[in-house]
Amino acid sequence: MDVSKRYGAAVAVHALRLAFPRGGTTVLIGPSGCGKSTLLRMLTGLVTPDEGTVTFDGAPLSARLREARLRMGYVIQEGGLFPHLTARQNVGLLPRHLGWPEDRFKARLGELAELTRFPDRQLDHYPAELSGGQRQRVAIMRALAVDPDVLLLDEPLGALDPLVRRALQDDLRDIFQRLSKTIVLVTHDMHEAAFFGDLIVLMRAGRIVQQGAVADLLERPAAPFVTEFVRAQRSELPA
Amino acid sequence: MIRALLLLALLWPAPASAGVVVGSKAFTESVILGDILAGTLRRAGIEATHRPAIGGTRVVFQALRGGDIDLYVDYTGTVTGELLAGRHAATLAQARAVLRRDGIGISGPLGFDDTYAIAMRADRARALGIRSISDLRAHPALVLGFSNEFLDREDGWRGLRRRYGLPQQQVRGMEHELAYRAIRSGAIDAMDVYTTDANILAYDLALLKDDRHVFPDYQAVVLYRLDLPPAAVQAIRSLEGRIDAARMVQLNAMVTLQGRSEAEAARSFLGDGEAPAAADGFWRRLLRNTVDHLTLVAISLGAAILIAIPLGVAAFRRPRAGQAILAVTGILQTIPSLALFVFMIPLVGIGGPPAVIALFLYSLLPIVRNTHAGLAGIPASLRESAEVLGLPRSVILRRVELPLAAPSILAGIKTAAVINVGTATLGALIGAGGYGQPILTGIRLADTGLILEGAVPAAVLALLTQGLFELVERRIVPRGMRLPRRDPGA
Repeated sequence: MDVSKRYGAAVAVHALRLAFPRGGTTVLIGPSGCGKSTLLRMLTGLVTPDEGTVTFDGAPLSARLREARLRMGYVIQEGGLFPHLTARQNVGLLPRHLGWPEDRFKARLGELAELTRFPDRQLDHYPAELSGGQRQRVAIMRALAVDPDVLLLDEPLGALDPLVRRALQDDLRDIFQRLSKTIVLVTHDMHEAAFFGDLIVLMRAGRIVQQGAVADLLERPAAPFVTEFVRAQRSELPA
Repeated sequence: MIRALLLLALLWPAPASAGVVVGSKAFTESVILGDILAGTLRRAGIEATHRPAIGGTRVVFQALRGGDIDLYVDYTGTVTGELLAGRHAATLAQARAVLRRDGIGISGPLGFDDTYAIAMRADRARALGIRSISDLRAHPALVLGFSNEFLDREDGWRGLRRRYGLPQQQVRGMEHELAYRAIRSGAIDAMDVYTTDANILAYDLALLKDDRHVFPDYQAVVLYRLDLPPAAVQAIRSLEGRIDAARMVQLNAMVTLQGRSEAEAARSFLGDGEAPAAADGFWRRLLRNTVDHLTLVAISLGAAILIAIPLGVAAFRRPRAGQAILAVTGILQTIPSLALFVFMIPLVGIGGPPAVIALFLYSLLPIVRNTHAGLAGIPASLRESAEVLGLPRSVILRRVELPLAAPSILAGIKTAAVINVGTATLGALIGAGGYGQPILTGIRLADTGLILEGAVPAAVLALLTQGLFELVERRIVPRGMRLPRRDPGA
């Protein structure tokens, strides 16, 4: 991508160029308001860049948005599950629209439940009847329902309490590894970034400060801010 | 929109060809005369029906002009002073010439005048030798009791005193009903009455001759469409001069004092020997009114739901057009319902269709507004999740947005339905029937029982409607949206 975005006078994302490696996990990280979520939303087509183009698989995203969206899954902080549909119906919304036969969907749902360790007996529960962690598992199943090439996650663990978060973190990494899809994850948590990311992109005020492996950020910081950001997160833990 | 309205009007079951249609205004005398006209036509071998108590002067006249009815009885003073006000028609002959251009004819006077008069107890007038208003000048000590309106009118006491030079000093304003008792007890000597008032008979009053013509002419005449077949016109004109004031008083008294029906009074005039057809029983009337009422509500509300939900969706999708849609439906709601009903008459006539259209327009706002609000209230995160899934707009609307907005939309429909049930009672003012019919007749005859016969079922129906929609809500709103949400972190 090669884009910029402003909201009125405020520049959310300055002109930047960024490529996401196919099959790799990229983590966008930075303090609140650094533009990481806006960047992710540009990838989904929910936000249109003022300048530049988002390129998806070699072609501009805007040129074939519907088609591209069928090839991407999207998970947000609170899951974005539809409260009027059960877990099964939430996952089934897109497959059904695409005309999948019942047994194909059943088989896929079984795979997904196994993958996300979601218990079968809760498949007919409504989101309001599920815990926060289970809701996120349903959201991941829904995002993966038609086996997309790309998975986009916006603070998927942000609203969970620490214990649930820990368990889901492990499961999520497991899922990423088993799927080997192109994954873009937004977080503000350095541990999470280090835990998931092959490539970490640290942003600040709409610009990329540094991108690289976690070791690069720790050992070869591109600016004092990188060290500052990493250290600030570390000091959250009691020594 | 206009096309939808006209379609709605077309959907209304067309009345079976009913031959000549007689109309009447919503008061006893007019209804009796309508029955007399219809009876006279039938006797002349012409198929005729009577649509009784359609409404006030304007409504009935519009119905005549529009061809919904073919004739009705009005009064010369009303024709020249009200219907043709500003059209230079001071006399009956002039009025006839003006109305001919509208395709309407006026018969000769039926024989009575329904205007103001001064009345005294017959025995007292005889004893004092008073026969005309001029005679009152010789008796300055008489006590006069007038209704307050009469006291103030130029064609009432003010004109009367000036023209006749009346010397009486004791002139009291009083409630009209009380004046009758006062005159009976001798507390007053003379009062104002309408010349065909049934109470003239009940209290044995004598009317004093208005020998200086202060009171305007309100002679009863038949207004009829000139396209009626000559035989019908001939039958109508056979009534000219046949009904004098005493006869009209007697007929009015049969209904208002003796509790007989207008049809019976008409038959007694026509001299029909046949036993009066049994009037509809209570349950039969209730059934008919219920069917009429439900028909009005069901068609208007059904059409409103079909139109208002798409309008609400459009208002949400296109905010600028949405402003206009919400503003227009809002303005429709502010038009007084009676006015809206009457506006419809020139467009679609009287009866069911104008009532349905008015009720339809009234039902739009709550549904449009709640559809819009329901859609606007969906969290952005849900809409975006649906979009990124790759579903087309139409599928998002059907599978996600409308279900999520359903509680709000249903609440709007419920509001519209309850308002609709109540407002439909006004349909009776323009001849649409329903529970308003007994209410209006009850008011006209001061019959509380009849009023309740309409008011109670209307209230019950409103409650049932509310209950019904609460059941529907339980069926339609998915269980997932009625559950309390668990703590997100748990």
